[in-house]
Amino acid sequence: MALLEIAGVSKRFGTVAAVDEVSLTVDRGALFALLGPSGCGKTTLLRMIAGFETPDHGRIVIDGADVTALPPYARPVNMMFQSYALFPHMDVAGNIAFGLRQEKMDRRRIIARVDEMLALVQMADYGGRRPHELSGGQRQRVALARALAKMPKLLLLDEPLAALDRKLRAETRLELIGIQERVGTTFLVVTHDQEEALSMASRIAVMNRGRLVEIGTPAEIYERPGSRFVADFGGDVNLFEGELTAGFNCLAGTALPQGAEATLALRSEKLHLSREPPAGFSVAATVSSIGYLGGVSIVHLTAGEGRALRARLPSTDAGCLGRGTAVWVSWSPDDGVVITR
Amino acid sequence: MIGIGRLGGLALIGLPFLWLGLFFLFPLLIVLKISLAQSAIGIPPYTPLLTNDGAGLKIQATLANFALLASDDLYLRAYLGALGNAALATALCLVLGYPIAYAIARPPGPQRQLLLFLVMLPFWTSFLIRVYAWIAILKPNGLLNELLIASGLIATPLPLLNNGFSVELGLVYSYLPFMILPLYGSLSALDESLIEAAADLGARPFRAFLGVTLPLSLPGVAAGSLLVLIPAVGEFVIPDLLGGPDTLMIGKVLWDEFFNNRDWPVASAVAVVLVAALAIPILLAQRFLERERVA
Repeated sequence: MALLEIAGVSKRFGTVAAVDEVSLTVDRGALFALLGPSGCGKTTLLRMIAGFETPDHGRIVIDGADVTALPPYARPVNMMFQSYALFPHMDVAGNIAFGLRQEKMDRRRIIARVDEMLALVQMADYGGRRPHELSGGQRQRVALARALAKMPKLLLLDEPLAALDRKLRAETRLELIGIQERVGTTFLVVTHDQEEALSMASRIAVMNRGRLVEIGTPAEIYERPGSRFVADFGGDVNLFEGELTAGFNCLAGTALPQGAEATLALRSEKLHLSREPPAGFSVAATVSSIGYLGGVSIVHLTAGEGRALRARLPSTDAGCLGRGTAVWVSWSPDDGVVITR
Repeated sequence: MIGIGRLGGLALIGLPFLWLGLFFLFPLLIVLKISLAQSAIGIPPYTPLLTNDGAGLKIQATLANFALLASDDLYLRAYLGALGNAALATALCLVLGYPIAYAIARPPGPQRQLLLFLVMLPFWTSFLIRVYAWIAILKPNGLLNELLIASGLIATPLPLLNNGFSVELGLVYSYLPFMILPLYGSLSALDESLIEAAADLGARPFRAFLGVTLPLSLPGVAAGSLLVLIPAVGEFVIPDLLGGPDTLMIGKVLWDEFFNNRDWPVASAVAVVLVAALAIPILLAQRFLERERVA
């Protein structure tokens, strides 16, 4: 049974539909990501699940109980805020104990639970510190420990890694996954970072302009996007727009009439570049610039009719190319995805 | 100091010191000097501190004025009376001002500016005139008594003026904005997500207020309380205009020493003791505020 069920939820702010008829379910124990650009409504949806906003329409059901009308303090949900929202006048242990004190929990059990949470996030020696004495990464751990202390059925994480620097983000991402597996709580993560969503989540819901665009596993979202928006937002992609004609039926699975408008999406790392024309289909292009990213490089190409292409290849392979080099671009037919939306 | 230069930097730091030195410390030293003199008939009406009788400079100073303050219990009672009235006014301002500041600061929106403007509006009229206006409201045949009699609630006028009640009312009325403004500052700077976090962790609104909002607004409470308490202790106009024969406040005593008795040295001694007595709580509160700011 689904732990979280969102049915036809809408929320307007003035004339703007922040969340528009969104329905989705999150399975128990999942690490579910809500992915979308800023302003797509993902945070508003999260705030409605937490109880800070009330939906105009629709229902929110958690573990079989309709919580749509419940205030935040009565919901079996806890949230890790993007700003962490740690109480500055309490030490770390006080912050973690705050939620437990709201229930009539025995003092000794609170202390034990706080210690347990501090150990979980590897902050055992920091119980007496104030939030302003901690680094960004440590604050993030405390925020996580505080949100998990009450053993919520559902943990909401609003851009949990956004405030961390790049290196710390990668480590913390793994830690978050590890902690989620250990405690078994259902995590709902809101993020605008496709890489974060792809690497963390077991399922991803992509939102755009208040609407739910697509739901799937990371591989489905990345390899078989169902819309131009998802293809584009999910990662670096080349999009070819045109009409479906005969001869492209190798891309099928998509039963489209001939002449239908369609887009061919090709991930930039699926393009092969060669100096000599390969056997089979290929496109002639010239290198316009090369962006070095360390292990990989992005090669910007110009093909016929001024069409811009992007290829991602190992920097060792890109090293023998230069601006103006003439190349042949090819790809395996299986790697192209036909998108009709 | 890039762009300002060393001299400019010194001027920037020095300016407040210069200001305080010229307009606070220097006058205070003059008052201190007078408090050590003896009353004399003449202009100015006190003996000089330094005299030159031909044989060299002589310092003429006495602690007799301070001894007088200690020996006559009128002064002690006046200090305590002022402190009591001011402390009560501070407490009442806090009780009244906190909900007002909260109501202005917490709901975000354009009405904040208007409400804040209304709090400051009384400052556009002279303080003296506003206190005078209360006489017209409170006197036996004043607005309030007329209204109460006309509505049939009372038959004879209530004694509302020239007593402890009217002094307290005047203090609270006059100093309430000084409580509201720093409280507003504290409460409006409060991060909304902290209150949401408290609610998210299961705290009902009142528990969230006690656990998060109130402790985080304590610097505003301290600042507002000081801004009310300090001027209220030395207040002279309100007890003079609204007070009665029983009203004993040190500001009034100080005025009488200066202008009725023309005893400048004793009046100066009263002022020096008042400043010293107020400086201690200020310094204590400052340390508290400093600690809160760090935390």
